[in-house]
Amino acid sequence: MALKGNLRDFSITQLLNLISMARKTGTLILEREPEQIYISFREGKLSYARNGKDSAGLTMVLYRAKKLNASQVRIINEKAAGMSDKELGLLLINSNLLSQREILTSLQLYYLSMFNRLFTWNEGLFRFDNELLPPKDKITVRINLENLIIEGTRKMREWEQLQDEIPSLDMALRFSDRPGVNLRNLNLNVEEWKVISFINPKNTIHQIAKATNKNDLEIRRIIYSFIQAGLVELIRPAGPTLPPPPVQPKITAPQASKTEQKSLIFRIISRIRSL
Amino acid sequence: MQTVKMVVTGPFNAGKTEFIRSVSEIDVVSTERKISSDAEKVKDQTTVAMDFGRISIDENLVLYLFGTPGQRRFDFMWEILSEGMLGFIVMVDSARPETFREARNILETFHAYAPTPYVVAANKQDDPDAWEVEDMRIALRLSSEVKLLPCVATDKETVKSVLLELLYSILEEMEISDVLPNDEKHLDA
Repeated sequence: MALKGNLRDFSITQLLNLISMARKTGTLILEREPEQIYISFREGKLSYARNGKDSAGLTMVLYRAKKLNASQVRIINEKAAGMSDKELGLLLINSNLLSQREILTSLQLYYLSMFNRLFTWNEGLFRFDNELLPPKDKITVRINLENLIIEGTRKMREWEQLQDEIPSLDMALRFSDRPGVNLRNLNLNVEEWKVISFINPKNTIHQIAKATNKNDLEIRRIIYSFIQAGLVELIRPAGPTLPPPPVQPKITAPQASKTEQKSLIFRIISRIRSL
Repeated sequence: MQTVKMVVTGPFNAGKTEFIRSVSEIDVVSTERKISSDAEKVKDQTTVAMDFGRISIDENLVLYLFGTPGQRRFDFMWEILSEGMLGFIVMVDSARPETFREARNILETFHAYAPTPYVVAANKQDDPDAWEVEDMRIALRLSSEVKLLPCVATDKETVKSVLLELLYSILEEMEISDVLPNDEKHLDA
């Protein structure tokens, strides 16, 4: 039986709530061009996630989580090529390079980064496949959905507010005319500086997001803070007539004793059975 | 001649007309009109006032089945149709999750008009895109006491079983009211 539809009609929080309550096992596949996200569940708990058909290997997950440096990744790729994630995880633990906790926490964060992105999706096709389970060589986790749904709902509210402020990512940005403001004196973090460097009336926000590798929520947050600080401004790049109701036969609720009413219901039951 | 009625309600294109047609002994008196809105063109025609079917129980008793219009702009008909009903059936298209919220709203509205027994029919269970009944229960936020029944409105046997389950609920309700004083009756919406 199908469990499929569009997030436009059945929101991600409703869907996750259903998976949690029904303690489902399988994989939820969500598609919104050009993205495709696979989230796997075991008895209603998040167990695994991947983006598209290919998943990042454990080495890349640990590198992104800054648990391994580039040279360690290179050595592992040379010496442990062909090892499954589970085997590699054991090797890292046995060689005292990382603890089990560090590996699991890094994987949880990686899976959650994909999971949390779904809360910014207002539409997209979804289907739940009971038969599709995480690949056997991958390390799975068990994360309760309740807190994730609550946190995700908060994000959705923030997302809605940001959408009101920045309705379209096809808008461009330009620096406000504020004489005396020197960008170099601003206290921005690395990510914000990256975004600032792309601000130009020729670049849409969408293009900036792509160039800086930010999702819709992240880019909106940063741009919103710039707008609030007065640094940048958004600019545009370029019924049927009803027939009279038929006369309803005069029907009234039966005004009879309880016994008569029950007898009436039994008569109807008997007749329906014989149809 | 005594007459009683049941109401078949539910969102647009849930299968109410088909449900009544499957068991009515007369050709359903239908007020279908061509659909004018592009957004609702999943079928050619829709009920604009009501559908009307009949089952003769015996020579002294007739059961009328009334189908409500599915489109919200005709909801002024609902209260009229709900008057004096024995119970009601909420039809839900199992393959169209976008209509589940509307189905829930209709259920609550009808229950507010007349707190009579009801059942929910998960229609179009033969559709490959149909949701499982228990998934629908969660999506529709129905408690385990509410009867949610698999149904294919074109299949007379499943229609009969939905009608029978509603009748059993009506009987149960009568028995509860025999035992409990009025203010302790419980109906779960």
